[in-house]
Amino acid sequence: MIIENSPIILSVQGLHASINGTEILKGIDLTVKSGEIHAIMGLNGSGKSTLAKVLAGHSAYEVTAGSVRFEDKNLLELPPEERAQAGLFLAFQYPIEIPGVANTQFLRLAYNTVQTQRGKEELDPLEFDDFVREKMKLLDMKPDFLDRSVNEGFSGGEKKRNEILQMALLEPKLSILDETDSGLDIDALKIVANGVNRIANKDNAIVLVTHYQRLLDYIVPDYVHIMQAGRIVMTGNKELARELETRGYDWVSANKQAENGVRA
Amino acid sequence: MSETTSTDYFTSLLKSWSAKSDLSQSWLGQLRTEAYDRVSVQHLPTKRDEEWRFTDISPLARLPYKPSRPQENLQAKAVEHLYLSEAKNHLVFVDGHFAPKLSIIAEPTVLVAGNLPTFLSTHASIIQSHLGRYAHFDNNVFAALNTAFLHDAALIYVPQHCIIAEPIHLLFIATQNEVTNYPRCLLIGETGSQVTLVEDYVAFEQITYINNSVIEISLAPNAHAKHVRIQRESDKAFHFANCAVSLAHASSYQSVSISLGSRLSRYNLDVRLNDEAAECTVDGFTMIANQQLADTHTCIDHVKPNGTSYQQHKCIVNDKAHAVFNGKIIVRPHAQRTNSSQSSRNLLLSKTAQVDTKPQLEIFADDVKCSHGATVGQLEQEEIFYLRSRGLSEQDARNLLTYAFGAEIISRIPVTSLKQQLEQIVLSQTQSNEL
Repeated sequence: MIIENSPIILSVQGLHASINGTEILKGIDLTVKSGEIHAIMGLNGSGKSTLAKVLAGHSAYEVTAGSVRFEDKNLLELPPEERAQAGLFLAFQYPIEIPGVANTQFLRLAYNTVQTQRGKEELDPLEFDDFVREKMKLLDMKPDFLDRSVNEGFSGGEKKRNEILQMALLEPKLSILDETDSGLDIDALKIVANGVNRIANKDNAIVLVTHYQRLLDYIVPDYVHIMQAGRIVMTGNKELARELETRGYDWVSANKQAENGVRA
Repeated sequence: MSETTSTDYFTSLLKSWSAKSDLSQSWLGQLRTEAYDRVSVQHLPTKRDEEWRFTDISPLARLPYKPSRPQENLQAKAVEHLYLSEAKNHLVFVDGHFAPKLSIIAEPTVLVAGNLPTFLSTHASIIQSHLGRYAHFDNNVFAALNTAFLHDAALIYVPQHCIIAEPIHLLFIATQNEVTNYPRCLLIGETGSQVTLVEDYVAFEQITYINNSVIEISLAPNAHAKHVRIQRESDKAFHFANCAVSLAHASSYQSVSISLGSRLSRYNLDVRLNDEAAECTVDGFTMIANQQLADTHTCIDHVKPNGTSYQQHKCIVNDKAHAVFNGKIIVRPHAQRTNSSQSSRNLLLSKTAQVDTKPQLEIFADDVKCSHGATVGQLEQEEIFYLRSRGLSEQDARNLLTYAFGAEIISRIPVTSLKQQLEQIVLSQTQSNEL
């Protein structure tokens, strides 16, 4: 929801980033305020997943220009764990499997680490169990989820639900969901979307990175940005996603060329 | 004068052997003599032997390591903490000698342990038809030595359709410095029987000794055995072990072997799927540091059709330690429709750590499914990033992933208390690594 005078959570200005010397992000500007849901759409290779990883602090990417402020912090100065502790969350497109570690152990470790950093009380295993089971109801998850190894042998849908469960536990200020809809059937998509909608509130913000409009039928964005070749080339409301769905990404290119033509 | 200087390990061993005249005419005496004859024509392996090319055992030749003598000082109180809470039967061997006062035998019909000549009279036919039949000593000097010095043993005989729910705990405790111990065990699972065996090597002090053990396992049709092996010897010990498994029709063998201790260890596991539809799962985990060397050689031999074998072997190697894995899979010409998979994964925690891994597939049948893979490396950056993005420090992320690497194998141990103990050991080891 767009709220007047709501505080800015994320402010990205002129962000350039490269991997192995190849520039992927070529000047990103993006402002996200508390309470808002943004969608970033684009074809494969447009740089949208790179933006998500750069914001979360992936070490393979080098930021060559620009600035990112996260509330009152210079985000780019922080290692990934301090970004997480400050309230940034990235739901991975491909969550890592960790055989040998029970999901509940992992979730409690992450939760308690972040709680401690935020100056709050840790939960012991029994307290945590009650807490996590409550959160699991948001996502219609079976209890055996807790005893299985982290993401090992999980279906695509289960992995994505596990990501959203972590989001629910860590209570981030800003969540970036990287292609959370990919590989989900319609039922799983509805469950995940429903979970996200219940976590969203006026004090946090969500950035959905997606290829398709489908997810946006269930999580309705306040803003839609279209990325192309490392830049945000169009910004609009949820209607922009619909238009994109009917007209395709070629329409964006044509539109942009026309625009450039006018400028020239 | 030259007596003391010339007593290297091997010559001293040969000298110390005696045929024991009271035994020489018996079946056991003949077996021992036969083995002794094989010892005297072999030599201690060197790196020039293909099967030992990564494992230099020359350090052990510097001391005589005479066969140990029975030790009776150990009190039950000193060993009770090692008993597994799930087990009803605990067979304790001190320096390779059976310790009846420290042992608890709840099922005397199934378990016999002690001096072989004494129970050879009561169990002659079982022993004579199995002992020494699987662990061949023709070309294996350690198995030959163990057999030549055979005295005490554990015999586990699971009758037809008998199911022993609780694990049987074989505890081998080393207490004497500069000796050689010869642990020995024979497990017979009759048709349709089920049993779980825990083979556990420990030492109370950081002493130097050799454990040379041999385990033979024979499973009749439809028999199922689970075998957990924990090698947590003194860090100065030398550990040589041979385990030979023979599988009959539709029998299954599942094993988890954990190697943590010893200055130098070598484990040979030979599983022979002698009849159709036999199945084995062979998992291993080695975690070593400092100057340790741990060598695991396995051979899974598919003789008949429709057999299955799964193998996963993992090593975590730190400091200047050196891990060796050689995994041979044989699929013989008649062993059609064999399904076999093998994976060797190795994690190096320091620049000076070393791993030699060698999958060795010898496939002579054409209708088979065999897969194998080996990796050696460090932790994946993507995995570390995932955990850091959840708030964990880089060090905590590395520690958790290192722990998980080993815990994956440990989680397959079918005895909960043992699994938890080992998880704690791996946890404390992986938390202390400052990378």
